[in-house]
Amino acid sequence: MNKAKLSLGPVLFNWKPETLRDFYFRMADEADLDTVHVGEVVCSKRTPFLEPFIPEIIERLTAAGKDVVLSSLALIMTDRELNAARELAGAADILVEANDISVAALMAGRPFVAGPLLNIYNEGTLATLEAMGAMRVCLPAELSADAIASLTAAAKVEIEVQAFGRLPLAISARCYAARARNLTKDGCQYVCADDPDGMAVETLDEVPFLAVNGTQTMSYHHMDLLGDVTNLAARGVGRFRLWPQTFDMAGVARLFRAVLDRKMAAPEAEAALARLCPGAEFANGYIHGRPGHLFVEPEFIE
Amino acid sequence: MMAATTPAALTRPELVCPAGTPAALKSAVDAGADCVYVGFRDETNARNFPGLNFSRKELGEGIAYAHSRGAKVLVAINTFPRAGQPQLWHQAVDDAARLKADAAILADIGLIDYAARTHPELRLHLSVQAAASNPDAIRFYAERFGIKRVVLPRVLTVQEIAAINARIAPVETEVFVFGGLCVMAEGRCALSSYATGQSPNMNGVCSPAGEVRYTETPQGITSELGGFTINKFTPNEPAGYPTLCKGRFIADDKASYLFEEPTSLNTLTILPDLIKAGVTAFKIEGRQRGRAYVAAVVQAFRQGIDAVMAGRPLPEIDLDRITEGGKQTTGAYEKAWR
Repeated sequence: MNKAKLSLGPVLFNWKPETLRDFYFRMADEADLDTVHVGEVVCSKRTPFLEPFIPEIIERLTAAGKDVVLSSLALIMTDRELNAARELAGAADILVEANDISVAALMAGRPFVAGPLLNIYNEGTLATLEAMGAMRVCLPAELSADAIASLTAAAKVEIEVQAFGRLPLAISARCYAARARNLTKDGCQYVCADDPDGMAVETLDEVPFLAVNGTQTMSYHHMDLLGDVTNLAARGVGRFRLWPQTFDMAGVARLFRAVLDRKMAAPEAEAALARLCPGAEFANGYIHGRPGHLFVEPEFIE
Repeated sequence: MMAATTPAALTRPELVCPAGTPAALKSAVDAGADCVYVGFRDETNARNFPGLNFSRKELGEGIAYAHSRGAKVLVAINTFPRAGQPQLWHQAVDDAARLKADAAILADIGLIDYAARTHPELRLHLSVQAAASNPDAIRFYAERFGIKRVVLPRVLTVQEIAAINARIAPVETEVFVFGGLCVMAEGRCALSSYATGQSPNMNGVCSPAGEVRYTETPQGITSELGGFTINKFTPNEPAGYPTLCKGRFIADDKASYLFEEPTSLNTLTILPDLIKAGVTAFKIEGRQRGRAYVAAVVQAFRQGIDAVMAGRPLPEIDLDRITEGGKQTTGAYEKAWR
């Protein structure tokens, strides 16, 4: 029996606050998740709109038995952003995920989650983060299953791997959602809200390639490790992260749980996932040591 | 622009220059570089290109040449060691210390920890690949590992840089003043591996040459990276190298240089502002570039810095011929870039 846990990552997109609240309420009530992340990771300009809704979201999730983690911004540059990070780190009663090294430094000596946007590629860095108080480490998207296994073998704490959704690939000071509409970040008119799953980026041959979420660049393809999670769990991965998209995330979580619990075979779950995510293309290349956009048929352990 | 501050109040910044080969190192030193930065010929540095970089013997000779002329040599070991296989990176740090490099430029926390524990006498600089973008991040590296200088990521405005400098003393900052331009926060970008399987963090390469293909059609040349079209050129246009983030893509129903145009960073016009912001060292990108590039850029910035320090007007120097696509930008240093 597999004990691997499921986390829902923070919503990376600019959803309307009410939509976000309803989404989290539904996750609280319907989704079979161990942990749910809340908080703005991509752009501090979005934060003021979300903040009033955070307490009731946390309350509802907690009441439903979910562990809640507050995720930090990924790129902290201004005093305002740094002050917000300090406030976040000062929150006494809730677990914080550091997505910028400054937040890990602010948390040092207390338990925190080391997020997937920190660069934790090897045992030396893992050990340093553990010594600082990381009680869980979510690994960067680029790592192969072999690298992940090397890290789980060395880890004293739980290792988490990104398993579903568009992958956050890059962060910038520049806003590409604004730039695509001939705006700048300062005068962005919050156009990133037009694309609740990110703005598709195609090559000049109209081949889907990337997705833009404000200052963040993501994969066009959705990470799908349904066929890999049992292997990875057997190699020591203790937790898988599902990134929220506008699809039925409770349904997505159900499929991952069913595969991890050996109640559903991976190919059957893959077919069900394709039905839950109409139009989505899937990839798992990184896990197999290949370019990230590729999908490699996994070899199943039975 | 200059009148408000007297030259006496300013600190003369060091000029830090790239060298991909021993010949380029000599050119840079001869042209007036205060420091030269180099890498070993393997995956331990972020310019892991064929035919480039230094053997241990070449580094030893390069350091001797630089030191005999009063210049320093910094060794970039700024990729992220592979899980389970840190030996190549540890060896690089050991050799930089043994050969008496003036500093090692590191990005990975685990490798910095190794260097600080194993070679306490080795001066450590934080690579731009660590993307330390605020005072708390910088203080973390300084207090925990004794980092002496931070190369700032190219995401900050001059104003933000000045504010950081005011709060991190005695830690020094180094900023890029010329050359290739990452538009993403450095060290926090996996676009290259998404398309090709190889990335700056893991392999020391971005948009690697082995994954590049040019196809000629009657309409012109198409450039590809990892099988993805990065740009198309009409028969009259010069076909540039398909660096992923400098390509043309379709978003919101129109084709554009969505991330950035093919362009080079050039800060000659804002040198006085960067000096006033309290930056300790100015860095020129381009270890993959030839001796002529190195010599031309070093000379230009040598003249620029010397003019500012002497209170003279900035010399007008045309670097168009060595910029990418003949285009120049001051990048993130000015807020409107965002």
